[in-house]
Amino acid sequence: MNGIGSSPPRPDGWAKVSGAALYADDLEPSGLWFGATVRSPHAHAVVSSIRYDPSVVPEAVFVTAGDLPAVNGIQLLDDSWPILADRLTRHVGEPVALVAAPSRLDALRAARAVSVEYETQTAVFSLEDAETLPPHSSLSLGCGDVDRALASAASILDGEYRTGHQEHIYIECQTMTAWFDGETVVAEGSMQCPYYIHKALVHAFGLPAERVRVLANTVGGGFGGKEDFPSALAIHAALLARACGHPVRLAYDRHEDIVATTKRHPARVRIVSGVDRQGALLGLDIDIVLDGGAYNTLSPVVLSRAALHAAGPYRCPNVRVQARALRTHTAPNGAFRGFGAPQVQFAIERHMDGIARAVGCDPFEIRLRNALEPGDRLPTGQVLDASTAARACLEEVERRTGFRKLWREAEDRRRTDPAAACRGVGLSLFFHGAGFTGNGERNMQSPVGARLLDDGRIEVLTAMTDMGQGCVAIFPQIAIAAGGFEPDDVVFAPPDTALVPDSGPTVASRTTMIVGGLIAQVASEMAERVFSWWRSSHSGVWMTDENGRLRPLGVTFREAARKYRQEVGGIEITRRNQPPAWQEFDDSAYRGAAYPTFSWGADVVELEVDRDTLAVMPTRVTSVCEVGRVIHPVLCAGQIEGGTLQALGYALLEEVKMEHGRYLNDRLATYIIPTIQDTPPIAVHLLERPWEGGPFGAKGVGELPMDGGAPAVAQAIENASGLIPNEIPATPERLLGWQRSGRCVEAAR
Amino acid sequence: MNIECTVNGRSVSLAGEPMDRLLDLLRWQLSLTGTKEGCGEGECGACTVLMDGAPVVSCLVPLMQCAGRSIETVEGVAMGPQREFLERFVALGGVQCGACTPGVVVTACALLRSNPKPTREEAARALAGNLCRCTGYEGILRAVCDEEPRP
Repeated sequence: MNGIGSSPPRPDGWAKVSGAALYADDLEPSGLWFGATVRSPHAHAVVSSIRYDPSVVPEAVFVTAGDLPAVNGIQLLDDSWPILADRLTRHVGEPVALVAAPSRLDALRAARAVSVEYETQTAVFSLEDAETLPPHSSLSLGCGDVDRALASAASILDGEYRTGHQEHIYIECQTMTAWFDGETVVAEGSMQCPYYIHKALVHAFGLPAERVRVLANTVGGGFGGKEDFPSALAIHAALLARACGHPVRLAYDRHEDIVATTKRHPARVRIVSGVDRQGALLGLDIDIVLDGGAYNTLSPVVLSRAALHAAGPYRCPNVRVQARALRTHTAPNGAFRGFGAPQVQFAIERHMDGIARAVGCDPFEIRLRNALEPGDRLPTGQVLDASTAARACLEEVERRTGFRKLWREAEDRRRTDPAAACRGVGLSLFFHGAGFTGNGERNMQSPVGARLLDDGRIEVLTAMTDMGQGCVAIFPQIAIAAGGFEPDDVVFAPPDTALVPDSGPTVASRTTMIVGGLIAQVASEMAERVFSWWRSSHSGVWMTDENGRLRPLGVTFREAARKYRQEVGGIEITRRNQPPAWQEFDDSAYRGAAYPTFSWGADVVELEVDRDTLAVMPTRVTSVCEVGRVIHPVLCAGQIEGGTLQALGYALLEEVKMEHGRYLNDRLATYIIPTIQDTPPIAVHLLERPWEGGPFGAKGVGELPMDGGAPAVAQAIENASGLIPNEIPATPERLLGWQRSGRCVEAAR
Repeated sequence: MNIECTVNGRSVSLAGEPMDRLLDLLRWQLSLTGTKEGCGEGECGACTVLMDGAPVVSCLVPLMQCAGRSIETVEGVAMGPQREFLERFVALGGVQCGACTPGVVVTACALLRSNPKPTREEAARALAGNLCRCTGYEGILRAVCDEEPRP
């Protein structure tokens, strides 16, 4: 029932379906006050004065950059993102001042009592204009001799691909409450990474680490949006708590959440490729530009992951990737499921479709011909391991959908009877590096702890948060299986920095693979310690359990552990993640193994394009994913189903519209995510190639499905209509523009 | 104003301004925090409750419309006879982060009371006003339509 590969109900499930689960805005500590944020209406402006009228809400408090206790910077990769704008604002919605009052309504009234004078400056919005400013970061990587490869190629293809912003739309908006407990600042709320916030509060308040405490409540969705931004929110709430002496909550409404928080980086990717007559890649020259927005949140690492995935799951001996994250006067872009990889894989997949047309083969053939195999080298020199499954995913998705036949039929239909052309099918092949990029895991060496409780149970200590993905179910499964425990033998400490070590952020598809691996280690060692003590002090009959561990027959772990506790004392174990020695990566040269392993996938999307309105309706999606050993099939499939739908929204519906840096569609009535009626059946098939580095063979899952949906949708639109969607979202307005300008397959021939 | 109504089978008196949102009264006066706010403008369905048995978005229901009405929240549904459905909802992957879940389950419970074995189309029509960002709706549909669990 709880074994690896079974799907026990998630332990928080009943609390969530019965309304009992407590989220950040469900708690009401006594004396709670509410905060509100005064934001810049201008994309780029000098703040010439800030005035506050205290007579409107006499008890309210008011905070500006001048009131900060230490540096004006939110510590993430660096601290260049200001806590509050000081003299200059660089995006619409940038926080300029904070207020707090005893009620939500009074907080809003107090915010309206703040008047700010601005002198507007010239602002930069387009990537083309942004090239004139110094970038947030840049990097390059590659292998071989690209210029020579392109010179000798049978054909050259040159393409440009664009992707837009994407807003997370976690259903629970950003919420944080902070207070001072004596001299300790405490923040609790909706977050993915308690220790990121801990670090940011230490930095912003100039406090020693032990005087900062951060706890995660039940998290109502994250998708990366609660990786970086909650650090800003926690500092703001804590500043207000310091000013008023009460706990202060900042709970954004949807409008504010869309306006103020980070989004997926828009991208422009240019690819020049050279292939031989059969379409085998000889050289790839790739230029990536990301819109980082006004400040550097996590752009350098998003850029890094983008560059490392830019050549796609394809073998190519000569690759050059140049990548830059540029500054614009828009809200800073940050972490979003996929973290740079969806943008570049949209580009390379669309490019492969172009190559297929150029050499006269179908999308399946071009992918199979170039798909990475075990033993192949990536552009960084990394040699792929035996779990490399690009070919297996492709072949399985073809077997399940009959893609090639469907694709050919639609191509023929479009040519012979253009008026009838409305159905199409698209295929994508994709991969995702699991865990932190490069030396991230090696630098963190993230710990997981375990200790023996008085009653013989084990408490496992990690800082991981469950934002829905289900580590509350998967971690116990791993611990129970690794230690040979009964389900009730293991409990998990809540993600509270006062209780748990910094086992790293809940990001980068690392939770099951990396932290789960450490949980397996500590559980196994705990069982070993207790049973080997029992063996040395008791006689009896011994048996070997399924982990090959000797254990006393007829004695449960709990009995043995309780006895150990009474007779010997406690056990505390901490184990740190040690990436395998072979996983070496040179950060400066971008050479080596940037990821310990990769997960793989192939999607087929079937859809219809309305001939009159050009609205696109997906009718069926099949996703074949290889993620190593599957710990919990229902939750694993849930990640792929949900991630795939986010990718369909990214491809078709989700468009952040801006005018002079101001969002035009800052609400759910106008920023459209897929409803249940926009959603086709999504059939998920899991291939399992256990990877020896993960617990029971598990690899990363969460981000992979975000990479595949959009290029498959684009190819299916092309197959149905002949229009060439090299830019997403492929809204009816864009499709109409391409129809009018003749950007279609038939015109290109 | 004071309004008498029934919440989860219990007679209650709600006090507030005529245009106060039912959502806030449930959450703050009655401490029924199972009902969530997702957008505050009737687009996401997270705040859905049943009013005289029919789903309504409580962020758009003012106090003055509640007089004499019978309101059922997720907490009420969970205490009622549809427990088996709620357990299936968890087991088949209908729940991830849980923020949309209260609105989804009360809407689904209302559907199942009149149509115990809906098709996917019927379920999708009933749930068209409930946004979920986690599940891709697959787990939700499997549970509402009482389909077989994944192999």
